[in-house]
Amino acid sequence: MSERPLITVEHLSKSFPLATGLFSRVRHHIHAVEDVSFHIKAGETLGLAGESGCGKTTTGKLLLRLISPTGGSIVFAGRDVRAMRDGDALTWFRRQAQMVFQDPYESMNPRKTLYDIVSEPLSVHHIGNIVERQRTVADSLARVGLAPPETFLFRYPHELSGGQRQRVAIARAMVINPLFVVADEPTSMLDVSIRTGVMKLLLELRTQYNLAMLYITHDLAVARYMCDRLAVMYLGRMVEHGETEQVLQNPLHPYTQALISAVPVPDPTIERHAIPIKGSVSRPVDPPPYCRFTERCPIANDACRDNDHPGLQQKEEGHYVACYRA
Amino acid sequence: MALLDVKDLVMHYKTRAGWVQAIDGVSVSVDRGEAIGLVGESGCGKTSLAMSILKLLPKNASIKSGQILFDGSDLVPLNEDQMRKHRWEHISMVFQAAMNSLNPVYTVCDQIVEAIQYHIPMPEKQARAQVAQLFEVAGLDPGVMDQYPHEYSGGMKQRAVIAMALACHPDIIIADEPTTALDVIVQDRILSRLDDIRHELDMAMIYISHDIAVIAEVSNRIGVMYAGRMMEIADAVTIFQHPVHPYTQALMSAFPSIRGEKHDLVELGGEPPDLISPPPGCRFHPRCPAKTAVCAQDEPPFTEPGAGHAFACFNPRSR
Repeated sequence: MSERPLITVEHLSKSFPLATGLFSRVRHHIHAVEDVSFHIKAGETLGLAGESGCGKTTTGKLLLRLISPTGGSIVFAGRDVRAMRDGDALTWFRRQAQMVFQDPYESMNPRKTLYDIVSEPLSVHHIGNIVERQRTVADSLARVGLAPPETFLFRYPHELSGGQRQRVAIARAMVINPLFVVADEPTSMLDVSIRTGVMKLLLELRTQYNLAMLYITHDLAVARYMCDRLAVMYLGRMVEHGETEQVLQNPLHPYTQALISAVPVPDPTIERHAIPIKGSVSRPVDPPPYCRFTERCPIANDACRDNDHPGLQQKEEGHYVACYRA
Repeated sequence: MALLDVKDLVMHYKTRAGWVQAIDGVSVSVDRGEAIGLVGESGCGKTSLAMSILKLLPKNASIKSGQILFDGSDLVPLNEDQMRKHRWEHISMVFQAAMNSLNPVYTVCDQIVEAIQYHIPMPEKQARAQVAQLFEVAGLDPGVMDQYPHEYSGGMKQRAVIAMALACHPDIIIADEPTTALDVIVQDRILSRLDDIRHELDMAMIYISHDIAVIAEVSNRIGVMYAGRMMEIADAVTIFQHPVHPYTQALMSAFPSIRGEKHDLVELGGEPPDLISPPPGCRFHPRCPAKTAVCAQDEPPFTEPGAGHAFACFNPRSR
């Protein structure tokens, strides 16, 4: 594992204008991601967890430059991703950074064969001729456990089960040997007995190809198995960040504590005590300058409202939390 | 006598490709005030079983044999009119994806009033007062009852659907993936609310979920289904600590937990079978680590050798 991070994100922000009418001026913004900083090394998986609407998927899309940030910087292997213009730099980046989507039923064209689907990145990037591509695609299918690949090459997505489709999605992402993969809830649509296989496959590929991975998930139990480090987001802000076990076993932010205490435990003998928090997740429309969790926080005081949103502070080795009261 | 007793139920769907053997000889009973969890993967027949109990089956479904005894009387031969009396009043249901089970053009209150008045004729005002009460029980502010479903958050809609299920004081509520689309904090609140309601009103609950952690938290007894068959039923602690069926064991060791030792997740190879032509013998045998020759030939009987612990396996083993 190299020491220099492959990808470094600093103060990343994205706000979307909220259109209220056809001709009305934009008066409000959704601050989907605000002031988010982290880094991922080669061979390392960073988990991004949080509830719906916390900005985790937006962060993933920003990292792949599928959408452009409104602020902050993304440096990938020493190059500024925001500064890349159409041409060599951006083409190179698109080869190195790939995505695996959540829904294996929606993310593939049903009219295309698996060969077409998996070879698309190769043809987009003009890699190899037909013969070479067929071999590369077959290798890629074999790598994700679809063996023998010849029997899969010319099948259509509807002939496959959900688990097999997700393996195809992974093969498509891996076929051009990327350095970095964003996996957005890749196993949340799969059944338990199928899910474990896909999780293990992703872990294997990460080790084998020294991949850097951003693993987006709402399921903290899955994150425990998939991620080296875990970051928790709330309404667009990163509230806690550390080694996965550190965050799960010793959460410091009151939101993380509440979130973890609400996760059901597959053991009827364990008595779980959920930490009650008030209200529900709202949308980060023109959020207040102070901590976004204040209104629901069980330990907030006046100082939390008087000060700006807290930044991440290191509380123990490698464990950061954004809270004045933690 | 059990409140609900499903005996050897067989229900198949007719499709162009052939009969889908969705439920094949499933027996399960529910006592008054009890919470039973049905767990299994997609296509194992858990939702089909719920729909059979309520007889809310699509046209291509047919109950081939078996009995569904509610309070001793069989629901299988009843026609639609007779069934309608049972639904809501005796057995009601909280559906998967509550978002879609509310009508978007009526206020939530109007929809519940309609359900109440259908079963118990009463003036509008009285029905509205009942809705307000139901909202309180479900943990919703009665002040929002005259709003439309789109004004509710996901968790509020799920609570509204729970309020609706309670409208006619049923004896049993079937909750099919009641929290699957919800975030974990909201899920936790809804599950504990449902559990409180069960105790307060002494109702029986049938929870259906693919998530064994959810089932573990809310059920007294758990039934594990696979490919249209019941594999194992026992009290919750036995299912988690001393399961004997290899499928139950596989399910347990494939499930991650955020608590306790981080044990290795064990992968179960293969895929669930096609139910149009399921494998002969035990339907789990192609994926089973403990299979023997007999498993591919004979169907293991669903037996209860010890009190309260039933399973269908020729080679039960303790871990």
